Amino acid sequence: MKRIVFIEDEPALQKILGEALSKEGYEVIAALDGEAGLRLVETKKPDLVLLDLILPKIDGFEVLRRIKEDPETREIPIIILTNLERMEDVDRVSELGAITYLVKDNYTLEEVVEKIKKAIGE
Amino acid sequence: MNLKKILDQLDIPAQCRRHKIPLWQCPQFLFLIMGLVIIGSAITAYLIGTRYIEDPEIIALIVLVLSSVLFIFTYIINISFERLAEVSRLKSEFIRIVSHQLRSPLTNVSWAIDILLSGALGGLMKEQVEYFRILKENNARMRELVKDLLLVSRLEEGALPIRRERISLKNIIKNLVSKFLPFARASNVKIKFESEKDLPEIFVDPHQVEIVVETLLDNAIRYIEKGGLIEICLGKKEENIFFKIKDTGVGIPQEDQKYIFQKFFRSKTTQRGVAGSGLGLFISKSIIDRMGGKIWFESEEGRGTTFYFTLPIK
Repeated sequence: MKRIVFIEDEPALQKILGEALSKEGYEVIAALDGEAGLRLVETKKPDLVLLDLILPKIDGFEVLRRIKEDPETREIPIIILTNLERMEDVDRVSELGAITYLVKDNYTLEEVVEKIKKAIGE
Repeated sequence: MNLKKILDQLDIPAQCRRHKIPLWQCPQFLFLIMGLVIIGSAITAYLIGTRYIEDPEIIALIVLVLSSVLFIFTYIINISFERLAEVSRLKSEFIRIVSHQLRSPLTNVSWAIDILLSGALGGLMKEQVEYFRILKENNARMRELVKDLLLVSRLEEGALPIRRERISLKNIIKNLVSKFLPFARASNVKIKFESEKDLPEIFVDPHQVEIVVETLLDNAIRYIEKGGLIEICLGKKEENIFFKIKDTGVGIPQEDQKYIFQKFFRSKTTQRGVAGSGLGLFISKSIIDRMGGKIWFESEEGRGTTFYFTLPIK
């Protein structure tokens, strides 16, 4: 079973997207802040990380940077899932090495699940 | 600190930039010019007076008093302007913050409805599906509005940078037309797209141009009642790329035509059950203006509307 770490500070969204991904047969482990998320990525070695940018404790940019810095976690694909739409942010995360940047509001749930499936290689 | 404030006030170009208006429309600048004109006219009056009139001091005094009154008036106008500018800035910021805060909950609602509609949590009765669809549709309208409001506030704050790339407008239009085909078919609307051969690429922000074409195309389909035809033409006129979209829709009444690019304006023909924020054309005009192009239209009520825009090739 493929494993996804989902770092998102909004419980409602965690439940909705978590549910949808579980139905697709993924194991979803969720964290509500950047620090907890980073720890999960280090210990659980997921196949994919879903990352929000505005997060308590450590923000998404920093989480991304640290995942990419650690040789143990560097290869894990990361999808940014946010409502920040400024091009500066898009540029910044793609420089840091995220593979996809999804503005939540532009997609239906189904489309987001499709993108995640694709990124995880299925 | 006070001295710094005064010095800041004297930096007129900086102040005008802050209000995002050109120098010749900027009250601070006009105020300065007026001061200079007043001083000039007082001196001229005095010089003329000494030469031709016996009591030149009185004439000069009258001019001076009148000028001072004018000066005080303009000063008051200037202050009022600054207050208005501040209110407008706060309003813009308010809209931006509220819109941004509304986005996440609206997305959550939308996705929650998606998961319910997908049947993943158990089957739904036909009537339930219908109600969920109503929820979804209305949620989509709210999200559209929030998105437009955010775009407007970004445009007004000058926080939407233009990221120019070499692009083929023809390809952008082609993609958008195919994206809109299902919507057009459902509304019984045919879309024809013609383009001149070998059009040069243009150096514009593709994302922003897309917003404009999307708005015009969406409007054209939306305001056609009971089926019709949309014709899109792309060509070259002198040093510009020329875009035209003609529909057989309800048209814009004569008395509404001069307001059509205003923020939140919706013509009475467009209000009949057609959803919309009244921001699309305002956004489109801002974008085209910023990229050095022109946008305009011709319309006849009951017969249809044609929108045009141009964008410089270089």
